[in-house]
Amino acid sequence: MMRGRLVTLLLAATLVAGAGLASEPGDPERGAAVFGQCKTCHQIGDGAKNRIGPQLNGVFDRKAGAVDGFRYSKSLKRAAADGLVWSAKTLDAYIENPKALVSKTRMNFRGMKDPQERADLLAYLRRFSDDPANIPEASPTATGTDHDLDPAILALQGDPEYGEYLASECLTCHQTSGANDGIPGITRWPAEDFVVAMHAYKKKLRPHPVMQMMAGRLSDEEIAALAAYFKDLE
Amino acid sequence: MTLNRRVFIGTGAAATFTLGAPALRAAGHGKPRVVVIGGGAGGATAARYIAKDSKGEIDVTLVEPSRMYYTCFFSNLYLGGFKEIGDLGHSYGPLAAQGINVVHDWATGVDRAAKTVSLAGGAVLPYDKLILSPGIDFVEGAVAGWDVSAQNTMPHAFKGGSQTELLKAQLVRMPQGGTFAMVAPPNPFRCPPGPYERVSMVAHYLKANNPTAKIIIADPKDKFSKQSLFQEGWADRYAGMVDWIGSDFGGGNVSVDPAAMTLTIDGEETKVNVCNVIPAMKAGRIAQIAGVTEGDWAPINAADMASRADADVYVLGDAAEQGDMPKSGFAANSQAKVCANAVRGALTGSKVFPAKFSNTCWSLIDTDNGVKVGATYEATPDKIAKVDGFISATGESAELRKATYEESEGWYKGITGDMFGA
Ligand SMILES: Cc1cc2nc3c(=O)[nH]c(=O)nc-3n(C[C@H](O)[C@H](O)[C@H](O)COP(=O)(O)OP(=O)(O)OC[C@H]3O[C@@H](n4cnc5c(N)ncnc54)[C@H](O)[C@@H]3O)c2cc1C
Repeated sequence: MMRGRLVTLLLAATLVAGAGLASEPGDPERGAAVFGQCKTCHQIGDGAKNRIGPQLNGVFDRKAGAVDGFRYSKSLKRAAADGLVWSAKTLDAYIENPKALVSKTRMNFRGMKDPQERADLLAYLRRFSDDPANIPEASPTATGTDHDLDPAILALQGDPEYGEYLASECLTCHQTSGANDGIPGITRWPAEDFVVAMHAYKKKLRPHPVMQMMAGRLSDEEIAALAAYFKDLE
Repeated sequence: MTLNRRVFIGTGAAATFTLGAPALRAAGHGKPRVVVIGGGAGGATAARYIAKDSKGEIDVTLVEPSRMYYTCFFSNLYLGGFKEIGDLGHSYGPLAAQGINVVHDWATGVDRAAKTVSLAGGAVLPYDKLILSPGIDFVEGAVAGWDVSAQNTMPHAFKGGSQTELLKAQLVRMPQGGTFAMVAPPNPFRCPPGPYERVSMVAHYLKANNPTAKIIIADPKDKFSKQSLFQEGWADRYAGMVDWIGSDFGGGNVSVDPAAMTLTIDGEETKVNVCNVIPAMKAGRIAQIAGVTEGDWAPINAADMASRADADVYVLGDAAEQGDMPKSGFAANSQAKVCANAVRGALTGSKVFPAKFSNTCWSLIDTDNGVKVGATYEATPDKIAKVDGFISATGESAELRKATYEESEGWYKGITGDMFGA
């Protein structure tokens, strides 16, 4: 359940929502076979080295762009500077569509659409990172069955007038023209995508401390109001 | 399993079957019987919950050799001078008062075909469901030069009570400027932050009483739980006192000589005053005797903590191969409740709820300087899987650290109350 929601959360800004759910927990054995697709560029396991892509031992909980001796793209370095850390959630989003998470990543991979395949792959990769039995703070190995984003939140109808008032804060940085100069434009953004993106910041799923902070103190109604305002802003 | 057994009992022993009750009745015995081996964090909790929630419908026997349970949790705080040994001891009296049949003896054998447990004193206890929570034993030959016969010279203090007291006595007797050495265990072991909390508490004691003393830790691992928090604390509070030698620097290549009181790390011999050897661990021996272990630990079904080898035997706590859960008192207590619910359901037909587990490990670095790591877990077909978690951050405010420590005091009262119902 949650995996599907999280994927939606992360990617709705750039993709049509509705990425599927993995129907079962990831199976590392099947994941080993899926990893075949990654092997041309990535190594994992004993003695793994950087090749076209960085080696993947200990990738869970690792800061993005942090493997010694690997030359990362500017875009990835920027995501790293924003605080991107690899976890089941962020890796799932990245593998589903690399460019959705890191716009100009050098990872030249069209993405893996099947959520079950991704779950299997992640279960396999997870084996080569710290084990929570020994390092309790190490990344989770499964997604919980508790719901994350209440569908009621998505259903909220925002008040565009209130949104306009609140938006004054956003427009200090995000230009009304929708221009992308160092800070992305956010005008004419479909309301649902806006809502899931803001909740992703609020939950600190999307990196970026400023946006996490801004979204963090917005109520569900306020986010809905902002979404209602920005969707029609020309 | 349960179904087959119910059918069998239902037809074969119909005379003792109460109207409509789905209860499982052992032939010739009024109530279903549960035997629990080990009265620690897992076993005491399971015994108490089954007895309490079944309201007398299930006969519960707890087998435990000690008359008092000395917790390992907070034993490091005793080393640091924050607790008295008496604060760590808990009597089994309250469990007996709650209707549990407490037998102070060692379980020496388990006959899973006959469904009986034999005790060192000669008694044989029949069971319908058996719960094993025997904690840990040490892997023989894990540290060159050390075996359990050396534990009075080089204590492990990783089982509660006299070992903890011995280590404290040795610490107090250390000469000024002496060396306290620890041989840390390889994964997995009980209480992942435990050795490092111990280092903090020993350092706390030494700073006040023996400030020129040194602590060296030979560690076969290259990282450990809450590492950045501990290392921050050591640098900040005990500057220059603690030397951690991880596997990258030969910390895994050690031998000891208890007679000479020497520790050799990567070929370099050092004379030490205290040597706390914490060897590699495995499930308490009775789990192996019962034939439910594979390798060092006992695999379980995460949904109910039943052994993968036998649906009528459950394994809790440190002895279990518990998937993503660290081996801790909190974890054992959490598993015991899942198990108690499942056992009661199987024996009396009470409602069984989905397994949910949680764990939090607090550690004390210095006075009013507590940190914690915690997580929630769910049962998957494969294992107990971590789904969410948190950890204290480096650089936290003094108020937050103090609040965290106070939380741990509350937790200690809570868990010991939950285990014994005192
Ligand atoms: C230094 C230290 C600090 C710790 N700090 C913490 C902490 O802060 N928080 C935390 O959650 N955990 C902590 N722990 C871990 C915690 O103590 C254990 O994980 C917990 O006790 C495990 O519970 P258990 O039921 O598996 O085993 P135990 O609590 O060890 O209980 C096992 C019992 O079984 C009995 N037994 C064994 N064999 C037999 C037999 N054959 N017949 C009858 N009885 C038998 C033993 O006598 C013992 O009483 C710490 C451990 C250490 C060593």
